[in-house]
Amino acid sequence: MAEAGITPKRPRNWPIGAVAMLRIALILAALLSWELLARSGWLYRDVVPSLAAIGGALANLLSHGDYYFHLAVTAGEIGAALAIGGLAGVAVGILLGANRFLSKAFESYLYYLGPTPKIIFFPVMIMWFGVGPSSKIALATLSCFFPVALSVAAGMRQIDQVLIRVGQSFRANRRHMILKIYLPAMRHPIINGARLGVGVALIGTLLAETKLSNKGIGFLIIQAYSIFDMPRMYAMLAVLFVLAIGVNALIGRFGGLDTIKRK
Amino acid sequence: MTSGVLTRHALAPRLVGVLSLLAFFALIEVLIRIGVINRFIVPPPSEIIGSFGRVITEEHVFERFLLTAAECLTAGVMLTVFGIAGGVLMHRFKLLQQACETWVAALASAPIVLMYPLFMVIFGRNVWTIIMIGFVAALPPVILKTIEGFAGTRRVLIDVGRSLKLTRSQQFYKILFPAALPTIFVGVRLGLIFALINVVGVEFLINFGGLGQLINDLAERYDLPGTYAAIFFVIMVSVLFFMALEKVERWLRPE
Repeated sequence: MAEAGITPKRPRNWPIGAVAMLRIALILAALLSWELLARSGWLYRDVVPSLAAIGGALANLLSHGDYYFHLAVTAGEIGAALAIGGLAGVAVGILLGANRFLSKAFESYLYYLGPTPKIIFFPVMIMWFGVGPSSKIALATLSCFFPVALSVAAGMRQIDQVLIRVGQSFRANRRHMILKIYLPAMRHPIINGARLGVGVALIGTLLAETKLSNKGIGFLIIQAYSIFDMPRMYAMLAVLFVLAIGVNALIGRFGGLDTIKRK
Repeated sequence: MTSGVLTRHALAPRLVGVLSLLAFFALIEVLIRIGVINRFIVPPPSEIIGSFGRVITEEHVFERFLLTAAECLTAGVMLTVFGIAGGVLMHRFKLLQQACETWVAALASAPIVLMYPLFMVIFGRNVWTIIMIGFVAALPPVILKTIEGFAGTRRVLIDVGRSLKLTRSQQFYKILFPAALPTIFVGVRLGLIFALINVVGVEFLINFGGLGQLINDLAERYDLPGTYAAIFFVIMVSVLFFMALEKVERWLRPE
Protein backbone atom coordinates (compact mmCIF):
# COMPACT_ATOMS: atom_id res chain seq x y z
CA MET A 1 0.00 0.00 0.00
CA ALA A 2 2.85 2.31 0.88
CA GLU A 3 4.18 1.78 -2.62
CA ALA A 4 0.85 2.54 -4.29
CA GLY A 5 1.42 6.24 -4.68
CA ILE A 6 4.98 5.95 -5.90
CA THR A 7 5.68 5.40 -9.55
CA PRO A 8 8.84 3.34 -9.49
CA LYS A 9 11.52 4.31 -11.90
CA ARG A 10 12.00 1.07 -13.87
CA PRO A 11 15.48 0.25 -15.11
CA ARG A 12 15.74 1.17 -18.77
CA ASN A 13 15.78 -1.78 -21.19
CA TRP A 14 18.22 -1.19 -23.98
CA PRO A 15 17.06 -1.81 -27.57
CA ILE A 16 17.96 -5.23 -28.98
CA GLY A 17 20.23 -3.62 -31.58
CA ALA A 18 22.47 -2.05 -28.91
CA VAL A 19 22.67 -5.36 -27.02
CA ALA A 20 23.61 -7.21 -30.21
CA MET A 21 26.24 -4.58 -31.06
CA LEU A 22 27.81 -4.88 -27.60
CA ARG A 23 27.82 -8.67 -27.85
CA ILE A 24 29.55 -8.55 -31.23
CA ALA A 25 32.04 -5.98 -29.91
CA LEU A 26 32.83 -8.15 -26.87
CA ILE A 27 33.32 -11.26 -29.02
CA LEU A 28 35.56 -9.39 -31.45
CA ALA A 29 37.58 -7.89 -28.56
CA ALA A 30 38.04 -11.34 -27.01
CA LEU A 31 39.14 -12.87 -30.34
CA LEU A 32 41.49 -9.98 -31.05
CA SER A 33 43.04 -10.18 -27.55
CA TRP A 34 43.49 -13.93 -28.00
CA GLU A 35 45.22 -13.50 -31.34
CA LEU A 36 47.49 -10.74 -29.97
CA LEU A 37 48.37 -12.93 -26.97
CA ALA A 38 49.10 -15.86 -29.30
CA ARG A 39 51.47 -13.75 -31.38
CA SER A 40 53.07 -11.87 -28.46
CA GLY A 41 55.27 -14.74 -27.30
CA TRP A 42 54.53 -13.90 -23.63
CA LEU A 43 53.36 -17.45 -22.95
CA TYR A 44 55.02 -20.74 -23.90
CA ARG A 45 54.54 -21.54 -27.55
CA ASP A 46 51.21 -23.28 -28.26
CA VAL A 47 49.72 -22.61 -24.80
CA VAL A 48 47.64 -19.98 -26.56
CA PRO A 49 47.59 -21.14 -30.21
CA SER A 50 46.47 -18.79 -32.97
CA LEU A 51 42.80 -18.72 -33.96
CA ALA A 52 43.74 -20.11 -37.39
CA ALA A 53 45.40 -23.13 -35.72
CA ILE A 54 42.34 -23.74 -33.54
CA GLY A 55 40.04 -23.32 -36.55
CA GLY A 56 42.14 -25.81 -38.52
CA ALA A 57 42.08 -28.29 -35.63
CA LEU A 58 38.29 -27.85 -35.33
CA ALA A 59 37.78 -28.52 -39.04
CA ASN A 60 40.11 -31.52 -38.85
CA LEU A 61 38.29 -32.85 -35.79
CA LEU A 62 34.80 -32.52 -37.25
CA SER A 63 35.77 -33.98 -40.64
CA HIS A 64 37.10 -37.25 -39.18
CA GLY A 65 34.75 -40.15 -38.47
CA ASP A 66 36.96 -41.21 -35.58
CA TYR A 67 35.76 -38.23 -33.50
CA TYR A 68 32.11 -39.22 -33.99
CA PHE A 69 32.90 -42.75 -32.83
CA HIS A 70 34.31 -41.37 -29.55
CA LEU A 71 31.39 -38.91 -29.29
CA ALA A 72 28.97 -41.82 -29.71
CA VAL A 73 30.78 -43.80 -26.97
CA THR A 74 30.50 -40.89 -24.53
CA ALA A 75 26.89 -40.16 -25.54
CA GLY A 76 26.03 -43.85 -25.06
CA GLU A 77 27.58 -43.88 -21.59
CA ILE A 78 25.72 -40.69 -20.60
CA GLY A 79 22.46 -42.04 -22.07
CA ALA A 80 22.77 -45.33 -20.17
CA ALA A 81 23.59 -43.47 -16.94
CA LEU A 82 20.58 -41.18 -17.38
CA ALA A 83 18.28 -44.11 -18.05
CA ILE A 84 19.44 -46.00 -14.92
CA GLY A 85 20.10 -43.07 -12.59
CA GLY A 86 17.16 -41.02 -13.86
CA LEU A 87 14.60 -43.84 -13.47
CA ALA A 88 15.98 -44.77 -10.04
CA GLY A 89 15.89 -41.09 -9.09
CA VAL A 90 12.26 -40.70 -10.23
CA ALA A 91 11.23 -43.86 -8.34
CA VAL A 92 13.01 -42.84 -5.12
CA GLY A 93 11.80 -39.24 -5.50
CA ILE A 94 8.15 -40.34 -5.83
CA LEU A 95 8.55 -42.62 -2.81
CA LEU A 96 10.06 -39.86 -0.66
CA GLY A 97 7.70 -37.18 -1.96
CA ALA A 98 4.61 -39.28 -1.28
CA ASN A 99 5.59 -40.49 2.19
CA ARG A 100 6.43 -37.90 4.83
CA PHE A 101 7.89 -40.51 7.20
CA LEU A 102 10.32 -41.90 4.59
CA SER A 103 11.21 -38.36 3.57
CA LYS A 104 12.13 -37.45 7.15
CA ALA A 105 14.06 -40.69 7.58
CA PHE A 106 16.15 -40.66 4.40
CA GLU A 107 15.92 -37.42 2.42
CA SER A 108 18.52 -35.57 4.50
CA TYR A 109 21.08 -38.23 3.51
CA LEU A 110 20.33 -37.61 -0.17
CA TYR A 111 20.34 -33.85 0.36
CA TYR A 112 23.81 -33.82 1.90
CA LEU A 113 25.32 -36.59 -0.25
CA GLY A 114 24.04 -34.95 -3.44
CA PRO A 115 26.63 -32.16 -3.72
CA THR A 116 29.67 -34.26 -2.63
CA PRO A 117 32.36 -34.78 -5.31
CA LYS A 118 31.37 -38.03 -7.04
CA ILE A 119 34.63 -38.50 -8.96
CA ILE A 120 36.25 -39.74 -5.72
CA PHE A 121 34.09 -42.87 -6.04
CA PHE A 122 35.80 -43.74 -9.34
CA PRO A 123 38.41 -46.12 -7.80
CA VAL A 124 35.53 -48.01 -6.18
CA MET A 125 33.61 -48.10 -9.47
CA ILE A 126 36.67 -49.52 -11.23
CA MET A 127 36.88 -52.30 -8.61
CA TRP A 128 33.19 -53.08 -8.99
CA PHE A 129 32.67 -52.67 -12.73
CA GLY A 130 36.10 -52.84 -14.36
CA VAL A 131 38.01 -50.34 -16.48
CA GLY A 132 35.57 -50.37 -19.45
CA PRO A 133 32.52 -48.18 -20.09
CA SER A 134 30.58 -49.80 -17.21
CA SER A 135 32.58 -47.94 -14.55
CA LYS A 136 31.94 -44.62 -16.33
CA ILE A 137 28.23 -45.40 -16.59
CA ALA A 138 28.17 -46.33 -12.90
CA LEU A 139 29.87 -43.09 -11.86
CA ALA A 140 27.54 -40.98 -14.02
CA THR A 141 24.53 -42.93 -12.70
CA LEU A 142 25.60 -42.12 -9.16
CA SER A 143 26.07 -38.46 -10.13
CA CYS A 144 22.67 -37.98 -11.77
CA PHE A 145 20.62 -40.01 -9.29
CA PHE A 146 20.74 -37.37 -6.54
CA PRO A 147 19.50 -34.23 -8.38
CA VAL A 148 16.70 -36.19 -10.07
CA ALA A 149 15.54 -37.84 -6.81
CA LEU A 150 15.62 -34.57 -4.86
CA SER A 151 13.81 -32.61 -7.60
CA VAL A 152 11.09 -35.24 -7.98
CA ALA A 153 10.59 -35.50 -4.20
CA ALA A 154 10.26 -31.71 -3.94
CA GLY A 155 7.96 -31.70 -7.00
CA MET A 156 5.66 -34.32 -5.45
CA ARG A 157 5.25 -32.18 -2.34
CA GLN A 158 4.53 -29.04 -4.35
CA ILE A 159 1.59 -30.46 -6.31
CA ASP A 160 -1.39 -28.18 -5.81
CA GLN A 161 -3.86 -29.96 -3.50
CA VAL A 162 -6.72 -28.45 -5.54
CA LEU A 163 -5.59 -30.47 -8.57
CA ILE A 164 -5.57 -33.65 -6.51
CA ARG A 165 -9.04 -32.91 -5.13
CA VAL A 166 -10.32 -32.20 -8.65
CA GLY A 167 -9.02 -35.60 -9.74
CA GLN A 168 -10.64 -37.26 -6.74
CA SER A 169 -13.95 -35.48 -7.31
CA PHE A 170 -13.94 -36.85 -10.87
CA ARG A 171 -13.39 -40.28 -9.30
CA ALA A 172 -10.16 -40.74 -11.25
CA ASN A 173 -8.56 -44.13 -10.68
CA ARG A 174 -4.87 -44.49 -9.67
CA ARG A 175 -3.67 -44.72 -13.30
CA HIS A 176 -5.60 -41.61 -14.31
CA MET A 177 -4.41 -39.75 -11.21
CA ILE A 178 -0.77 -40.52 -12.11
CA LEU A 179 -1.14 -39.81 -15.85
CA LYS A 180 -3.51 -36.84 -15.72
CA ILE A 181 -2.67 -35.15 -12.41
CA TYR A 182 0.64 -36.13 -10.80
CA LEU A 183 2.94 -36.39 -13.82
CA PRO A 184 1.71 -33.24 -15.65
CA ALA A 185 1.88 -31.28 -12.36
CA MET A 186 5.40 -32.55 -11.76
CA ARG A 187 6.65 -31.86 -15.26
CA HIS A 188 8.77 -28.86 -14.33
CA PRO A 189 10.58 -30.41 -11.34
CA ILE A 190 11.22 -33.61 -13.33
CA ILE A 191 12.60 -31.65 -16.30
CA ASN A 192 14.66 -29.48 -13.97
CA GLY A 193 16.04 -32.61 -12.27
CA ALA A 194 16.80 -34.12 -15.69
CA ARG A 195 18.59 -30.93 -16.72
CA LEU A 196 20.75 -31.00 -13.60
CA GLY A 197 21.18 -34.76 -14.03
CA VAL A 198 22.41 -34.42 -17.62
CA GLY A 199 24.98 -31.82 -16.51
CA VAL A 200 26.45 -33.90 -13.70
CA ALA A 201 26.27 -37.16 -15.71
CA LEU A 202 28.21 -35.48 -18.52
CA ILE A 203 30.87 -34.21 -16.11
CA GLY A 204 31.08 -37.56 -14.31
CA THR A 205 31.46 -39.54 -17.53
CA LEU A 206 34.04 -37.24 -19.09
CA LEU A 207 36.14 -36.88 -15.94
CA ALA A 208 36.18 -40.66 -15.52
CA GLU A 209 37.23 -40.99 -19.17
CA THR A 210 40.10 -38.55 -18.63
CA LYS A 211 41.25 -40.61 -15.63
CA LEU A 212 41.21 -44.09 -17.15
CA SER A 213 39.85 -45.15 -20.53
CA ASN A 214 40.79 -45.88 -24.12
CA LYS A 215 37.75 -44.36 -25.83
CA GLY A 216 35.35 -41.43 -25.48
CA ILE A 217 35.74 -37.67 -25.62
CA GLY A 218 37.44 -37.51 -22.21
CA PHE A 219 40.06 -39.92 -23.49
CA LEU A 220 40.63 -37.75 -26.60
CA ILE A 221 41.06 -34.63 -24.42
CA ILE A 222 43.65 -36.23 -22.14
CA GLN A 223 45.39 -37.76 -25.19
CA ALA A 224 45.67 -34.29 -26.77
CA TYR A 225 47.11 -33.04 -23.46
CA SER A 226 49.68 -35.84 -23.24
CA ILE A 227 51.00 -35.17 -26.77
CA PHE A 228 50.67 -31.38 -26.20
CA ASP A 229 48.35 -30.89 -29.19
CA MET A 230 46.84 -27.69 -27.80
CA PRO A 231 44.84 -26.54 -30.85
CA ARG A 232 43.08 -29.92 -30.88
CA MET A 233 42.39 -29.68 -27.14
CA TYR A 234 40.91 -26.19 -27.48
CA ALA A 235 38.81 -27.36 -30.42
CA MET A 236 37.47 -30.33 -28.46
CA LEU A 237 36.69 -28.22 -25.40
CA ALA A 238 34.89 -25.67 -27.58
CA VAL A 239 32.72 -28.36 -29.22
CA LEU A 240 32.02 -29.92 -25.83
CA PHE A 241 30.96 -26.59 -24.29
CA VAL A 242 28.65 -25.86 -27.22
CA LEU A 243 27.09 -29.33 -26.96
CA ALA A 244 26.68 -29.17 -23.15
CA ILE A 245 25.17 -25.68 -23.18
CA GLY A 246 22.96 -26.56 -26.17
CA VAL A 247 21.60 -29.76 -24.57
CA ASN A 248 20.94 -27.87 -21.33
CA ALA A 249 19.07 -25.10 -23.15
CA LEU A 250 17.08 -27.63 -25.23
CA ILE A 251 15.91 -29.57 -22.19
CA GLY A 252 14.95 -26.31 -20.48
CA ARG A 253 13.02 -25.10 -23.52
CA PHE A 254 11.21 -28.39 -24.23
CA GLY A 255 10.38 -28.72 -20.56
CA GLY A 256 8.92 -25.22 -20.52
CA LEU A 257 11.39 -24.02 -17.85
CA ASP A 258 11.81 -20.73 -19.69
CA THR A 259 8.10 -20.04 -19.26
CA ILE A 260 8.40 -20.37 -15.47
CA LYS A 261 11.10 -17.75 -15.32
CA ARG A 262 8.94 -15.25 -17.22
CA LYS A 263 6.10 -15.40 -14.69
CA MET B 1 0.13 -50.20 15.93
CA THR B 2 3.92 -50.02 16.11
CA SER B 3 4.09 -47.92 12.96
CA GLY B 4 1.45 -45.62 14.40
CA VAL B 5 3.54 -45.04 17.52
CA LEU B 6 6.60 -44.52 15.34
CA THR B 7 5.03 -41.95 13.05
CA ARG B 8 3.67 -39.96 16.01
CA HIS B 9 7.09 -39.55 17.60
CA ALA B 10 9.12 -36.66 16.20
CA LEU B 11 12.49 -38.41 16.41
CA ALA B 12 11.22 -41.72 15.04
CA PRO B 13 11.95 -41.04 11.33
CA ARG B 14 15.54 -40.06 12.09
CA LEU B 15 15.97 -43.13 14.26
CA VAL B 16 14.62 -45.34 11.46
CA GLY B 17 17.04 -43.65 9.03
CA VAL B 18 20.08 -44.24 11.24
CA LEU B 19 19.03 -47.80 12.10
CA SER B 20 18.45 -48.62 8.41
CA LEU B 21 21.93 -47.37 7.60
CA LEU B 22 23.47 -49.44 10.40
CA ALA B 23 21.45 -52.49 9.30
CA PHE B 24 22.69 -52.00 5.73
CA PHE B 25 26.33 -51.95 6.86
CA ALA B 26 25.73 -54.99 9.11
CA LEU B 27 24.22 -56.84 6.14
CA ILE B 28 27.24 -55.99 3.96
CA GLU B 29 29.56 -57.23 6.74
CA VAL B 30 27.68 -60.54 6.94
CA LEU B 31 27.57 -60.99 3.14
CA ILE B 32 31.33 -60.41 2.94
CA ARG B 33 32.06 -62.80 5.83
CA ILE B 34 29.99 -65.62 4.32
CA GLY B 35 31.68 -65.05 0.95
CA VAL B 36 28.71 -63.71 -1.07
CA ILE B 37 30.59 -60.43 -1.68
CA ASN B 38 34.29 -60.62 -2.56
CA ARG B 39 36.32 -58.99 0.24
CA PHE B 40 38.99 -58.01 -2.30
CA ILE B 41 36.42 -55.78 -4.03
CA VAL B 42 34.42 -54.55 -1.03
CA PRO B 43 36.29 -54.63 2.30
CA PRO B 44 34.20 -55.40 5.41
CA PRO B 45 32.90 -52.24 7.14
CA SER B 46 34.69 -53.34 10.34
CA GLU B 47 38.04 -53.26 8.47
CA ILE B 48 37.21 -49.80 7.07
CA ILE B 49 36.45 -48.52 10.58
CA GLY B 50 39.67 -50.16 11.82
CA SER B 51 41.73 -48.44 9.12
CA PHE B 52 40.58 -44.94 10.11
CA GLY B 53 43.24 -44.50 12.78
CA ARG B 54 45.99 -45.73 10.43
CA VAL B 55 44.85 -43.44 7.58
CA ILE B 56 44.60 -40.42 9.88
CA THR B 57 48.06 -40.86 11.45
CA GLU B 58 50.15 -42.42 8.66
CA GLU B 59 48.68 -40.47 5.72
CA HIS B 60 48.83 -37.06 7.41
CA VAL B 61 45.12 -36.46 6.96
CA PHE B 62 45.13 -33.29 9.05
CA GLU B 63 47.82 -31.61 6.90
CA ARG B 64 46.01 -32.74 3.75
CA PHE B 65 42.74 -31.39 5.10
CA LEU B 66 44.40 -28.04 5.80
CA LEU B 67 45.83 -27.94 2.26
CA THR B 68 42.43 -28.69 0.66
CA ALA B 69 40.78 -26.16 2.99
CA ALA B 70 43.38 -23.52 2.05
CA GLU B 71 42.80 -24.18 -1.68
CA CYS B 72 39.02 -23.89 -1.18
CA LEU B 73 39.43 -20.75 0.91
CA THR B 74 41.65 -19.08 -1.70
CA ALA B 75 39.22 -20.00 -4.48
CA GLY B 76 36.36 -18.84 -2.21
CA VAL B 77 37.92 -15.44 -1.53
CA MET B 78 38.66 -14.95 -5.24
CA LEU B 79 35.19 -15.93 -6.37
CA THR B 80 33.55 -13.77 -3.68
CA VAL B 81 35.59 -10.70 -4.72
CA PHE B 82 35.37 -11.20 -8.49
CA GLY B 83 31.86 -12.70 -8.49
CA ILE B 84 30.31 -9.88 -6.45
CA ALA B 85 32.29 -7.26 -8.39
CA GLY B 86 31.07 -8.79 -11.69
CA GLY B 87 27.49 -8.85 -10.42
CA VAL B 88 27.66 -5.23 -9.23
CA LEU B 89 29.15 -4.16 -12.56
CA MET B 90 26.41 -5.90 -14.51
CA HIS B 91 23.72 -4.49 -12.23
CA ARG B 92 25.17 -0.99 -12.63
CA PHE B 93 25.44 -1.16 -16.43
CA LYS B 94 22.15 -2.56 -17.71
CA LEU B 95 23.41 -2.86 -21.28
CA LEU B 96 26.27 -5.07 -20.10
CA GLN B 97 23.82 -7.15 -18.08
CA GLN B 98 21.45 -7.58 -21.03
CA ALA B 99 24.36 -8.59 -23.25
CA CYS B 100 26.19 -10.95 -20.87
CA GLU B 101 23.76 -12.41 -18.33
CA THR B 102 22.70 -15.25 -20.64
CA TRP B 103 26.38 -16.00 -21.35
CA VAL B 104 27.11 -16.28 -17.63
CA ALA B 105 24.04 -18.51 -17.18
CA ALA B 106 25.22 -20.68 -20.09
CA LEU B 107 28.68 -20.88 -18.54
CA ALA B 108 27.08 -22.13 -15.31
CA SER B 109 25.86 -25.20 -17.22
CA ALA B 110 29.18 -25.76 -19.03
CA PRO B 111 31.52 -28.54 -17.83
CA ILE B 112 34.31 -26.10 -16.86
CA VAL B 113 36.14 -28.69 -14.75
CA LEU B 114 37.01 -30.52 -17.99
CA MET B 115 39.40 -27.69 -18.75
CA TYR B 116 41.77 -29.01 -16.08
CA PRO B 117 44.32 -30.35 -18.65
CA LEU B 118 44.37 -26.86 -20.15
CA PHE B 119 44.92 -25.28 -16.73
CA MET B 120 47.73 -27.76 -16.08
CA VAL B 121 49.44 -26.51 -19.23
CA ILE B 122 48.96 -22.87 -18.22
CA PHE B 123 49.69 -23.06 -14.46
CA GLY B 124 51.64 -26.32 -14.21
CA ARG B 125 50.83 -29.30 -11.98
CA ASN B 126 50.53 -27.32 -8.76
CA VAL B 127 47.99 -25.84 -6.36
CA TRP B 128 47.19 -22.94 -8.72
CA THR B 129 45.67 -25.30 -11.28
CA ILE B 130 43.40 -26.64 -8.53
CA ILE B 131 42.54 -23.20 -7.14
CA MET B 132 41.87 -21.67 -10.57
CA ILE B 133 39.57 -24.53 -11.61
CA GLY B 134 37.69 -24.15 -8.31
CA PHE B 135 37.46 -20.40 -8.89
CA VAL B 136 36.39 -20.41 -12.55
CA ALA B 137 33.90 -23.26 -12.16
CA ALA B 138 32.24 -21.61 -9.17
CA LEU B 139 32.14 -18.03 -10.47
CA PRO B 140 28.85 -18.02 -12.49
CA PRO B 141 26.44 -18.69 -9.57
CA VAL B 142 28.00 -15.86 -7.52
CA ILE B 143 27.61 -13.37 -10.39
CA LEU B 144 24.04 -14.48 -11.16
CA LYS B 145 22.91 -14.42 -7.52
CA THR B 146 24.50 -10.99 -6.99
CA ILE B 147 22.52 -9.60 -9.94
CA GLU B 148 19.37 -11.30 -8.62
CA GLY B 149 19.97 -9.87 -5.15
CA PHE B 150 20.25 -6.28 -6.38
CA ALA B 151 17.34 -6.66 -8.82
CA GLY B 152 15.15 -8.02 -5.99
CA THR B 153 15.65 -5.04 -3.68
CA ARG B 154 12.21 -3.81 -2.63
CA ARG B 155 11.16 -0.59 -4.40
CA VAL B 156 10.04 0.94 -1.14
CA LEU B 157 13.58 0.71 0.30
CA ILE B 158 15.05 2.40 -2.77
CA ASP B 159 12.41 5.12 -2.61
CA VAL B 160 13.12 5.70 1.11
CA GLY B 161 16.77 6.21 0.14
CA ARG B 162 15.73 8.65 -2.61
CA SER B 163 13.44 10.58 -0.27
CA LEU B 164 16.35 10.93 2.17
CA LYS B 165 18.41 12.26 -0.76
CA LEU B 166 21.14 9.64 -0.35
CA THR B 167 24.03 9.88 -2.79
CA ARG B 168 24.59 7.05 -5.24
CA SER B 169 27.30 5.46 -3.06
CA GLN B 170 25.22 5.91 0.13
CA GLN B 171 22.27 4.33 -1.67
CA PHE B 172 24.53 1.39 -2.56
CA TYR B 173 26.14 0.85 0.86
CA LYS B 174 23.11 1.65 3.03
CA ILE B 175 20.23 0.27 0.96
CA LEU B 176 21.11 -1.93 -2.02
CA PHE B 177 23.99 -3.99 -0.65
CA PRO B 178 22.44 -4.85 2.77
CA ALA B 179 19.14 -5.75 1.06
CA ALA B 180 20.90 -7.94 -1.50
CA LEU B 181 23.28 -9.60 0.99
CA PRO B 182 21.17 -12.69 1.84
CA THR B 183 20.74 -13.53 -1.87
CA ILE B 184 24.40 -12.79 -2.56
CA PHE B 185 25.34 -15.21 0.20
CA VAL B 186 23.20 -17.91 -1.45
CA GLY B 187 25.43 -17.42 -4.50
CA VAL B 188 28.60 -17.49 -2.39
CA ARG B 189 27.37 -20.66 -0.66
CA LEU B 190 26.69 -22.33 -4.03
CA GLY B 191 30.05 -21.09 -5.28
CA LEU B 192 31.88 -22.52 -2.25
CA ILE B 193 30.13 -25.88 -2.71
CA PHE B 194 31.13 -25.93 -6.42
CA ALA B 195 34.67 -24.89 -5.44
CA LEU B 196 34.98 -27.71 -2.91
CA ILE B 197 33.66 -30.30 -5.38
CA ASN B 198 36.02 -29.13 -8.09
CA VAL B 199 39.05 -28.74 -5.82
CA VAL B 200 38.75 -32.28 -4.42
CA GLY B 201 37.93 -33.66 -7.89
CA VAL B 202 40.94 -32.05 -9.56
CA GLU B 203 43.23 -33.10 -6.67
CA PHE B 204 42.10 -36.66 -7.34
CA LEU B 205 42.46 -36.37 -11.12
CA ILE B 206 45.92 -34.78 -11.23
CA ASN B 207 47.13 -36.70 -8.16
CA PHE B 208 48.29 -33.57 -6.40
CA GLY B 209 47.31 -31.70 -3.25
CA GLY B 210 45.29 -32.75 -0.22
CA LEU B 211 42.33 -35.07 0.35
CA GLY B 212 41.62 -35.87 -3.32
CA GLN B 213 45.18 -37.04 -3.83
CA LEU B 214 44.96 -39.22 -0.71
CA ILE B 215 42.12 -41.25 -2.28
CA ASN B 216 44.07 -41.64 -5.52
CA ASP B 217 47.22 -42.65 -3.62
CA LEU B 218 45.48 -45.28 -1.52
CA ALA B 219 43.61 -46.68 -4.55
CA GLU B 220 46.84 -46.98 -6.54
CA ARG B 221 48.41 -48.85 -3.61
CA TYR B 222 45.34 -51.14 -3.61
CA ASP B 223 44.74 -50.28 0.05
CA LEU B 224 41.02 -50.94 -0.17
CA PRO B 225 39.96 -50.34 3.46
CA GLY B 226 42.10 -47.17 3.42
CA THR B 227 40.51 -45.99 0.13
CA TYR B 228 36.99 -46.49 1.49
CA ALA B 229 37.95 -44.79 4.78
CA ALA B 230 39.41 -41.81 2.89
CA ILE B 231 36.27 -41.52 0.71
CA PHE B 232 34.13 -41.62 3.86
CA PHE B 233 36.34 -38.95 5.43
CA VAL B 234 36.00 -36.65 2.37
CA ILE B 235 32.22 -37.12 2.38
CA MET B 236 32.05 -36.25 6.07
CA VAL B 237 34.17 -33.12 5.54
CA SER B 238 31.94 -32.06 2.59
CA VAL B 239 28.73 -32.65 4.54
CA LEU B 240 29.99 -30.69 7.58
CA PHE B 241 31.07 -27.88 5.25
CA PHE B 242 27.60 -27.71 3.63
CA MET B 243 25.91 -27.74 7.04
CA ALA B 244 28.12 -24.90 8.31
CA LEU B 245 27.35 -22.84 5.19
CA GLU B 246 23.63 -23.43 5.67
CA LYS B 247 23.85 -22.21 9.28
CA VAL B 248 25.58 -18.99 8.15
CA GLU B 249 22.97 -18.50 5.41
CA ARG B 250 20.10 -18.91 7.91
CA TRP B 251 21.80 -16.43 10.22
CA LEU B 252 22.09 -13.88 7.39
CA ARG B 253 18.57 -14.35 6.02
CA PRO B 254 15.99 -12.14 7.74
CA GLU B 255 12.88 -13.92 9.11
